Amino acid sequence: MDQGAYFDHAATTPMLPEAVEAMTAQLTVTGNASSLHAAGRRARRTVEEGREKLAAALGARPSEVVFTGGGTESDNLAVKGLYWARHDADPRRVRVLASPVEHHAVLDAVQWLADHAGATVEWLAVDAYGRVLPEVLRAAIEREPGDVALVTVMWANNETGTVMPVAGLAAVAAEHGIPMHADAVQAVGQLDVDFGASGLAAMTVTGHKIGGPYGIGALLLGRDYAPVPLLHGGGQERDVRSGTLDVPAIAAFAVAADLAVAGRADFARDVGALRDRVISVVRSVVPDAVLGGDPVDRLPANAHFAFPGCEGDSLLLLLDAAGVQCSTGSACTAGVAQPSHVLLASGVDPDLARGTLRFSLGHTSTKAEVDALEAALGPAVERARAAGLT
Amino acid sequence: MSETLARPLKVLAAMSGGVDSAVAAARAAEAGHDVTGVHLALSANPKSFRTGARGCCTIEDSHDARRAADVIGIPFYVWDLAERFREDVVEDFVAEYAAGRTPNPCLRCNEKIKFAALLDKALALGFDAVCTGHYAQVVTRPDGSRELHRAADMAKDQSYVLGVLDDRQLAHALFPLGDTRTTKEQIREEAAARGLFVAKKPDSHDICFIADGDTQGFLAKRLGTAEGDIVDQDGTKLGTHSGAYGFTIGQRKGLRLGDPAGDGRPRYVLDISPVDNTVTVGPAAALDVVGLTAVRPRWCGTAPAGPGTYTAQLRAHGGETAVTAEPVGQDELRVAFAEPVRGVAPGQAVVLYDGTRVVGSATIAATERATAPAQPASSVS
Repeated sequence: MDQGAYFDHAATTPMLPEAVEAMTAQLTVTGNASSLHAAGRRARRTVEEGREKLAAALGARPSEVVFTGGGTESDNLAVKGLYWARHDADPRRVRVLASPVEHHAVLDAVQWLADHAGATVEWLAVDAYGRVLPEVLRAAIEREPGDVALVTVMWANNETGTVMPVAGLAAVAAEHGIPMHADAVQAVGQLDVDFGASGLAAMTVTGHKIGGPYGIGALLLGRDYAPVPLLHGGGQERDVRSGTLDVPAIAAFAVAADLAVAGRADFARDVGALRDRVISVVRSVVPDAVLGGDPVDRLPANAHFAFPGCEGDSLLLLLDAAGVQCSTGSACTAGVAQPSHVLLASGVDPDLARGTLRFSLGHTSTKAEVDALEAALGPAVERARAAGLT
Repeated sequence: MSETLARPLKVLAAMSGGVDSAVAAARAAEAGHDVTGVHLALSANPKSFRTGARGCCTIEDSHDARRAADVIGIPFYVWDLAERFREDVVEDFVAEYAAGRTPNPCLRCNEKIKFAALLDKALALGFDAVCTGHYAQVVTRPDGSRELHRAADMAKDQSYVLGVLDDRQLAHALFPLGDTRTTKEQIREEAAARGLFVAKKPDSHDICFIADGDTQGFLAKRLGTAEGDIVDQDGTKLGTHSGAYGFTIGQRKGLRLGDPAGDGRPRYVLDISPVDNTVTVGPAAALDVVGLTAVRPRWCGTAPAGPGTYTAQLRAHGGETAVTAEPVGQDELRVAFAEPVRGVAPGQAVVLYDGTRVVGSATIAATERATAPAQPASSVS
């Protein structure tokens, strides 16, 4: 099917053929991985092989892989589960240190703890690129190290593509014995993501951003941590995440992760070159467009721009009508676009923050798609400017 | 269709999430237009309008509109016009009640939002027309000018709430439901046949931004509940109320007056005075109005040069009455009724018709009673 020019791989990217093959092969096989009979054992083996493959790809031990229903669940399990566990162990621990540029799966989970579980949230200051610096985290912790329940800062930003100094942040947290979680759904396959080397206590990954299926993810979880479960039941996954394991999805997720990580350097070079082309096209067609995020230390497949005087919604509509699909990058409330919280936290002018577009590329991106963008962008920006900010 | 398809237009279809606007968008697309659906987010906080709401503004309605657009096979977006809606419709609604008038917010929404804020943005983005599920007809004259006419089916006609549109706005309006005589049941059947699951969705009735239908409660929160007197035409106090804004001229129910009138006949609201927070009541005969003055006239085309005879509609779903009307300067309209009429409320629109054609409209500012109401006792010397 002709999808037009697709620049929304950060939302979801096509499944890799190898992942589709692994998944469909398993869909015809019966077996609950918790069952003791032959069918169960066969399913169990597929799950454990997937677990090992995923762990190997991400620098984790197999026992550190907790399969979940996706990124949102992993984020919630890490943030709420670790908070509850840490607070139960020592009631003084009420402070959550979080970046204000997190995905809503983290942002809203943290806010929920503040609203309903007595947590005190401290949103860590970010620089103009939306980055949390280790000294900022250090100052926040050292104000009162004993009352910090956890730290959560994403590996790379889903909107602007800015990469966080995860290892540096995790080292600061580790000095005080505080667990740190990172949402790494955008980073896997684009950056060198090694859970073991990162010093993180927990890390969120998901299938459908790396060529795997929807509805499957994992929380990589250090063996010393026992978050309070969100889901109670059969005790699967270290008793942290109950529920029958999705064997076909796990098999496909593992294949995708393996291929994404193995192909990372090529991806960064080839897709990165196309992304650079997008940036130069946008700059030549719209000279006053403002590149968002860190110009250098960013996801290789992400280009993020603010278009002065334009409503992001208008640009989206006009580009979509011209067959170019991208995202405003910011979250929606009932479909209503809000100015990007990521840009606002980074100190960007609120009017400018309303006119953003995120172009995210992936393994199927082509030069022809960039050409389509080049042809469509000028007229779209011109019209969107005429419509102005309402 | 009255809108013969001379050329395919780029059409922006306003989709509320209800059955009418969904069928309108589907008909426009079927007619060959290049249609894009848009749902207007009119509430700053959609969740707060969710419970029990049937009008626009809810997350559920937004979802329903999106679902309909997907089935029709057209792009769909949600546009946030909440701020404009609050300023131009909700605040105007409150201010009008505070001034003792009875506003029609749907009419204001058409004038200021759907065929202003929305239309302007649509035109700027390269659309040719805005399409809605209103029941009314736009007729193109041989000279290219546009006329607004009542719907083919008078029972569902909504030209009254569109009477505020001028010819520029009409030039970009598409009402695909206006020219077919279909019962609501048939529209629902058409929706079902088109695979639109909103086919069975209940109609919206009340004011969309007052989700629970409790207009008095909404106004009480905004305007307070200061107690005032209910008096008769002589100024004799008959009872009390908790906010004059809670009444509409011609209202009979809800006065909560203990003693019946001396003659045993029902009493009606004759006058609302927000200045002293007083409501005057009296017999039905005292409601008879022989004329009115209206302000902010809007004409579909050029303003009449002098007096003319028309039929007038004085409220939504109201009947027609024969009138003579004459513009006074740019900003005023005087209307004289051939026969006295009852229950004319300042704040409502008077829409003038020539046959089925809408000539223009204005907002009723003052009425002229057949029998001048007696002065309150205190001011009789």
